[in-house]
Amino acid sequence: MLILIKGGRVIDPGRLDGINDILIKDGKIAEISSEGSTAFGSELKEINATGKIVTPGLIDMHVHLREPGQEYKETIKTGCAAAARGGFTAVCPMPNTNPVNDNRQVTEYIMGKAALEGKIHVYPVGAISKGLEGSALSEYGELKDAGVVALSDDGLPVMNSMLMRRAMEYAGGFGLPIISHCEDLDLAAGGAMNEGEVATSMGLPGIPNASESIMVMRDIAICELTGTPLHIAHVSTKESVHAIRDAKARGIPVTAETAPHYFTLTHDAVKNYNTSAKMNPPLRAAADREAVRQGLADGTIDVIATDHAPHAAYEKDVEFELAANGIAGLETSLPLSLQLVEDGLLSLTDLIDRMSKAPARILGIDNSLKPGAPADITIINLEKSYIIDAPSFASLGKNTPFDGLQVKGKAVVTIVGGEIVWKGRGERSSRPQAAPKKVLYVNPKQ
Amino acid sequence: MEFNRKDILDMESLSADEINMILDTAVSMKEISGRSIKKVPTLRGKTVILFFYEPSTRTRASFDIAAKRLSADSISLTGSSSSIVKGETLIDTARNLEAMKPDIIILRHACAGASHLLAGRLKSAVINAGDGMHAHPTQSLLDLFTVREKKGSIKGLRIAILGDISHSRVARSDCIGFTKLGAEVVLFGPPTMIPKGIETLGVSVAENIEDAICGADVVMMLRIQKERQKSFLFPTEREYSKVFGLTREKLKNVKDDILIMHPGPVNRGLELASDVMDGPYSVILDQVTNGVAVRMAILYLVAGGVRNADTD
Repeated sequence: MLILIKGGRVIDPGRLDGINDILIKDGKIAEISSEGSTAFGSELKEINATGKIVTPGLIDMHVHLREPGQEYKETIKTGCAAAARGGFTAVCPMPNTNPVNDNRQVTEYIMGKAALEGKIHVYPVGAISKGLEGSALSEYGELKDAGVVALSDDGLPVMNSMLMRRAMEYAGGFGLPIISHCEDLDLAAGGAMNEGEVATSMGLPGIPNASESIMVMRDIAICELTGTPLHIAHVSTKESVHAIRDAKARGIPVTAETAPHYFTLTHDAVKNYNTSAKMNPPLRAAADREAVRQGLADGTIDVIATDHAPHAAYEKDVEFELAANGIAGLETSLPLSLQLVEDGLLSLTDLIDRMSKAPARILGIDNSLKPGAPADITIINLEKSYIIDAPSFASLGKNTPFDGLQVKGKAVVTIVGGEIVWKGRGERSSRPQAAPKKVLYVNPKQ
Repeated sequence: MEFNRKDILDMESLSADEINMILDTAVSMKEISGRSIKKVPTLRGKTVILFFYEPSTRTRASFDIAAKRLSADSISLTGSSSSIVKGETLIDTARNLEAMKPDIIILRHACAGASHLLAGRLKSAVINAGDGMHAHPTQSLLDLFTVREKKGSIKGLRIAILGDISHSRVARSDCIGFTKLGAEVVLFGPPTMIPKGIETLGVSVAENIEDAICGADVVMMLRIQKERQKSFLFPTEREYSKVFGLTREKLKNVKDDILIMHPGPVNRGLELASDVMDGPYSVILDQVTNGVAVRMAILYLVAGGVRNADTD
């Protein structure tokens, strides 16, 4: 079948920005033209993209699909459906499944399931260490052969500096980047939220900024030593942003990501023991949020990922200190990120880069709008206003602090390999479109 | 003024008027404890559940005696005897308890915010008997009551709170309670035990123990949990008692009518020298006595006060 995406503003950061038609044939981009296309026969399916943005497919390089092992939280099928709705054509599931993705069998299981039920691309991340135990390297050669695109012990830091050094040296030989969850466990021990006045008044044990930045700095030093590309996961503190900025200025091959909650919320969101705002790293202070926003604006932070962490409701409906960490992020990432454009922090092109091109560059994935490339495309309606409605998420995880928030901007069509995997049909929220119940963040400039 | 609060969760949510009302009510409740027959029928037919996930001697006994002096039926559950050890969640356990129609649930729990979690879900009144490092409002109210009783008023007093501020729910609640009634609160302890941003509660931090207690009307000593030594908060008990403990020597230049308080249990000789603990300034046992009166007042007011009580 042929698909013609007609009349949209096509943005491929670094290559294209203009009103164009895109013709898709046999799963690939066949033609891009500003001329207005001629008839292609009865097989043609036309998508009117007038007034919309057409971009390379969004890639979320940091998600948790929970399968195998915790299918009650999410499955590859539901996670991919949530991703498609959020505008993502590819996701990278972290290896902290059960069993851990530290071997060929688990990688193949994930990729096989994804091929059958996923509809979008799934590029697994393999474990740095066997069983995520931080004591022995997993088999990178075999993992790479099975299809992993990067290595990480996400959720757990590699505390042993020698193991981290060897992991980076060894991974470099296979061209696999290392994604580091930076946390000094001794310094963070027992903490449930950001250390500071909010934690003090709520009587919750705090996690200091330094528990993250100390490891960011260590890993940058090991990156400098080994030369293997290092990607810092979910940056949340100003000190981390400064360290990464300095490292980049010195030419060290480090990249970084943050998540929408770190540039939208602060630790104030945790007040009243709100477990939907409990995550690791924790939501930080306003100065950290501002540093993360500036880091995105100047390119210090390359990527917006979600750290999509779905949980069952009963795992959040408990005492704050006992509640599971993380939020379901796939279906809220795009509108929250578009707010950065609205706030004048990022151009639309830069935002698309942070959400599609940059993760592709880091992971070595072909993701361009050019003839011959796979037709992985997201069409975005920037004008669509709506209220985030967690109960209607495709994800099994409804855990989000953004439920009820008024937002603007939505993926209306997601195309993967020439197949339309998501098309918004003017879907209705289960909640009446009344006033939003909360405003979580107000841009200080407005 | 009527007392319309369903729950007592922390000092932050109580207004100065509500605090004064509780303290005023406690005055008449204390009188009951002085009678030879220490029981009135006020809460006859009411059911109070003492739900103590965390070990406690004085708070549990104090609430239990308070409930019984008002003729309420009280039952006591502890963490090890409850379904928690079988894996049930706090909310599910509480829902089951609620299905038995209690009027008041008193919760002691190791996690901050646990009583807030229950209060939001249950129709019964919830009284926080200590949640993690967060709040211990009834302890704070009995501290306020004791100081008011001895000094006549709280306004304008200087209260020094010394020791492990970081891990103390009593310190947090006292900071809020005393400042709300117009006292000045100054804190002191090892730098490892002063939490970030504590000044936002309207208190100041002294540089040394002499500065903290100089001119103080009240010194509240906090208990040191000996196991904290393992998390490097202080090097040895010997050094702690020497530098941060309250000794007779350090009390040389204080006011003549200073009050020494402690929420208990005391590590005799560690944070408080034995002779200071038993000395003329100490009102530690008065605090315990007043605890019953204050908790009687709280049970009475939360149960609906004169509106709902059986006053035959």
